[in-house]
Amino acid sequence: MKDPNLLFKALADPSRRKLLDVLYAHDGQTLGELCTHLDMTRQAVTQHLGLLEAANLVATQWRGREKLHFLNPVPLQQLYERWIAKFEKPRLNALSALKRKLENPDG
Amino acid sequence: MAKSTYVYVIYIRTTPEKLWAALTDAEFTQRYWFGMRSESAWKAGSPWKLVDGKGEVWDAGEVMEVDPPRRVVLRWHHQNKPELKAEGDSFCTMQLEPEEAAVKLTITHTIDREHSKVIEAVSGGWPKVLSNLKSLLENGALALDEPYHAKRAS
Repeated sequence: MKDPNLLFKALADPSRRKLLDVLYAHDGQTLGELCTHLDMTRQAVTQHLGLLEAANLVATQWRGREKLHFLNPVPLQQLYERWIAKFEKPRLNALSALKRKLENPDG
Repeated sequence: MAKSTYVYVIYIRTTPEKLWAALTDAEFTQRYWFGMRSESAWKAGSPWKLVDGKGEVWDAGEVMEVDPPRRVVLRWHHQNKPELKAEGDSFCTMQLEPEEAAVKLTITHTIDREHSKVIEAVSGGWPKVLSNLKSLLENGALALDEPYHAKRAS
């Protein structure tokens, strides 16, 4: 992980998580395209993207004069390996199965 | 844009030369790529293939561009699963850029169609392969031995 603090900070904000979801749905968008999904100023979106990029969650590439933003899932894989996989996965599976069963008795 | 593109970026504390060797030496790729050997002479126009421990070819193509230890572009055609093979060629660019004490490795995998199953299939694999590669180069140990966690007997 480049810097775990940057990663957790980047993930701590709902607008930045929304941006990741928007990129997951459609990868490789310009700033203008991303702005249409969020009810905030262009500057605010630029700032959020900057923090996502610093955390290596967003990678950018130039295509001619357009800067495209891509979701980079690699730090999430590292976060998973460091903070989830090692902590008693079978027990967590049992708990999430129980939660699913209790919350959706028919599903 | 009728294209599917995925981009993976990882920073590894190593040198471009060591990372290049790790990406292009089949004996070494086998150690972090879940047993896959990435085989080629690594010259422009050389054939390239990704082969498992039993000698089965999963992906094949050729080296389109090569500039060691900075950049390689592979034509990448999946061979194993018929529905993925039917999609034809994809293109994989690996770019290495030194950044302070680390190397920024950018993998860009593109195919000229929307909602590609090939790109979807590789999207699950690349983060695990790269994370393993980083652990191996930085600590000499793997993060994951298997691509998918086997259920532990309890």
